[in-house]
Amino acid sequence: MTTKLFGEPVQRREDHRLLTGGGRYVDDLGRDALAAAFVRSPHAHARIRDIDVTAALDVEGLVAIYTWDDLPERVGRPLPLLIPHPALTHGRTALPLARDVVRHVGEPVVMVVATDRYAAEDVCARIEVDYEPLKPVVGPEQAVSGVHLVHDDVPGNVGAHLVQEVPGPDGRGAREAIETAPHTLSFRLDIERSAATPLEGRGVYARWDGRDLRVYSSTQTSTSVRMAVSAVLGVPLPQVEVIAPDVGGGFGVKIVHPWPEEILVPWAAMTLGREVKWTEDRREHFVASAHERGQVQHVRVGFDDDGRLLGLDVTILHDHGAYTPYGIIVPIVTSTQLLGPYKVGAYRVEFSSLYTNTVQVTPYRGAGRPQGVFCMERTMDKIARRLGKDRAEVRAANFIQPEDFPYDQGMTFQDGRPLIYDSGDYPRMLRMLKELIGWDDFERAPGRGIGIGCYVEGTGPGPYEGGHVQITSDGQVHVSTGLTSQGQGHETAFAQIAATELGVPIERVSVVTGDTRRLGYAVGTFASRAAVVSGNAIALACRKVREKALRVAADALEADPADLEITEGVVHVAGAPQASMPLSTVAVLANPLRYAFDEETARATQFAGAADPNRPPVAEGDEPGLEGREFYSPIRCTFAAGMHAAIVETDPDTAEIRIVRYAVVHDCGNLINPMIVEGQIHGGVAQGVGGALYERMVYDEHGQLVNASFMDFLMPYATEVPHVETAHLQTPSPLNPLGIKGAGEAGVIPVSAVVASALEDAEGIPIDRMPISPSELFHLRTSGR
Amino acid sequence: MRDETRFEITVTVNGAARRLRVPARRLLSDCLRHDLGLTGTHVGCEHGVCGCCTVLLDGRPVRSCLTFAVTVDGSKITTVEGLAPGDGRLSPVQRAFAECHGLQCGFCTPGFLCTVTALLADNPAPTEDEVLEGISGNLCRCTGYQNIVKAVHRAAELRAEES
Repeated sequence: MTTKLFGEPVQRREDHRLLTGGGRYVDDLGRDALAAAFVRSPHAHARIRDIDVTAALDVEGLVAIYTWDDLPERVGRPLPLLIPHPALTHGRTALPLARDVVRHVGEPVVMVVATDRYAAEDVCARIEVDYEPLKPVVGPEQAVSGVHLVHDDVPGNVGAHLVQEVPGPDGRGAREAIETAPHTLSFRLDIERSAATPLEGRGVYARWDGRDLRVYSSTQTSTSVRMAVSAVLGVPLPQVEVIAPDVGGGFGVKIVHPWPEEILVPWAAMTLGREVKWTEDRREHFVASAHERGQVQHVRVGFDDDGRLLGLDVTILHDHGAYTPYGIIVPIVTSTQLLGPYKVGAYRVEFSSLYTNTVQVTPYRGAGRPQGVFCMERTMDKIARRLGKDRAEVRAANFIQPEDFPYDQGMTFQDGRPLIYDSGDYPRMLRMLKELIGWDDFERAPGRGIGIGCYVEGTGPGPYEGGHVQITSDGQVHVSTGLTSQGQGHETAFAQIAATELGVPIERVSVVTGDTRRLGYAVGTFASRAAVVSGNAIALACRKVREKALRVAADALEADPADLEITEGVVHVAGAPQASMPLSTVAVLANPLRYAFDEETARATQFAGAADPNRPPVAEGDEPGLEGREFYSPIRCTFAAGMHAAIVETDPDTAEIRIVRYAVVHDCGNLINPMIVEGQIHGGVAQGVGGALYERMVYDEHGQLVNASFMDFLMPYATEVPHVETAHLQTPSPLNPLGIKGAGEAGVIPVSAVVASALEDAEGIPIDRMPISPSELFHLRTSGR
Repeated sequence: MRDETRFEITVTVNGAARRLRVPARRLLSDCLRHDLGLTGTHVGCEHGVCGCCTVLLDGRPVRSCLTFAVTVDGSKITTVEGLAPGDGRLSPVQRAFAECHGLQCGFCTPGFLCTVTALLADNPAPTEDEVLEGISGNLCRCTGYQNIVKAVHRAAELRAEES
């Protein structure tokens, strides 16, 4: 490793095109494609009596109108249940177009294809759907009452019910431990719905040439979209290509697949023999993609005089909306990651995952962790308050210690593997945070408070990712990995890894992600896994290619491969730079040729004398070319951690809430590019601030989402987000070759907990729900709670 | 349904005169993206809140998703494709965004670049509060704005160095 770029704040290689209008997002492609639009349900719950398209038939530009009845049998089946789980006894997924019942506002009922989007929407406006409204179920508590049902065949609206118990060190269960604890508390917490809300919505563009199908989708997983499209449409897998081009943000929502539109748009392209494109509009994104967060939690905790947890018993009502395509990953993550950096004694957690007539719930950055951390951190603050102790001290009393790793929490994590933390140093992290924010010197005043929140995040789950590396005869290094990018700077971070491993200048490295033409085996970008899983796969592939380069060069230079190094793209004998060969030449020699295409490649042809005539040109077990493919499959997650603190001020009259300072100490193991990691943290904190103070999905009792626009769903602008101060701790992961842990979701996870902690400190009022608006704080003050 | 009436307009886009026939309801954003193929201008909400579609209309930032193309007849429009001075170089604002890591997914970026270009033309050395105010009509879901704010100050420096 001579060209050390790993760990440097290298400027991003994707920026030039994105700064000059050269990005290629789905809607930038397919200028001549037909446009699709959808008639969507205006009701939260209704039976479809009739669909009348008569008035739409003479609209100029109309190409086709499709209802469920028009779909072939395999296309009209329910969408896949992506992650089955034994506890998900009543999993239900939507049909691509509703058949007789709609279960949330926004569910697609009719697909229209026209010459352009204006015409397609004209057609939609003239299609009349006759609905018989049914009783809607809104909110988890109405769901659990079971009076009205979202799905006739799901009693009590319960999709899944799961209890997990971990006994304490003395073998007793949580409930027993709490009964006999010196101190106990019980309380309820509420977290409202929010959503990922990338600025680019979803989009699908499909081309069919009579044999091969190419689909562009704004997705977080092109390989899985490909397999689903192939299976549903009956096109053999090798004839389907799926490409995630530039994607304008994902934050979890775009991991769901196949969306109805990802099936219907390619199907329409095949049926019509024309290119078809659909671009989601903002209202569609609010009512027809996915939300997250919404939970009600009931907590009981027992603890000793030092604030040490003896038993914790949490019951969660999780609102998963109308369907469960992503299984019960979110409440599983809440239940397990709730434990944070702590030893909790005995733990019992029970959740019911409930159907409601609202948009489905699937992971949004943090994926259930913000709710779990809110629960644990509120618990810590309440214990401190009860005992009159410093809140940081109570946390420290419960920390897993550095010598305890690997630490087994005794549960099954979201990847189906044991929840074993690999490494970390929580006491040191807390010291760093206290110093960064000035915890011990903070001057408390009425309307001015300080808060803290700690979390652990399982990152980089399997099953695997791959890396493919090819060095071409011009000396350029082409890297690809199958997972996708939505702004994380993969083209830069992965190029840093490749340049470092291979010893080439980064300018010669290019990276392609999310294109099944380049690498067909991948899982996707979610769960802070790209750097961990693809990063290590690429490093392994580079090591394989490097080994071959040294072997080929050693032959040509008549040297021992062990004596060779690669510096600035040149293979040379260590300490003897005159005996050298550029990687471009090595690439030529690695591919024995019959036909030259330039002077350089003439060296590899059969009369050039480079090869031993008594051996086959390509040795047994070898392959032509200087390229390699490797996969990295982690045994289980690696556990990143972070601690945040904030100082807030509140207005005594208006109850306006202002975050004055925000500090983050973060540990994601070895940093590939600290500039990119900090950017991820800044963005995550901003989303967390949105979730703590501004963003909520407001459903009325009829199941109408009344704030489905950026005018009413309040995402923070620059004026609402505090300056984030960061410090890094690096405890390398022992589980992977690069010693890295994931960072993508980190920033968002504890923010609601931190803001609640600081607000409670400023106001002296328990803060048990998030988000909280000035008017809610005002009412809390006046109600004397 | 009858064919829509089309109106002829002439617009100077990034320095080149373009003649177009557009229906009255055609949005400027759609006209730029789909009629002229200038897909650097992005559409994030179509109700004028996110600012992704911001372009410069006679030097002033406007929401192209709230502007009918027919109303800009005779105007000069600059989109993100027209911000760089040419010959492969970037404008000070573009360079500052790259230097300060002021973009991640890049979807909101063209709107920010147009907004900030106009902001600095008006106020070459904005204070911190003026920067926050100046970009407070553009949403970004990736960066948390911190590096965008930094980039605006850096762009002001780069402009000053070059003038």
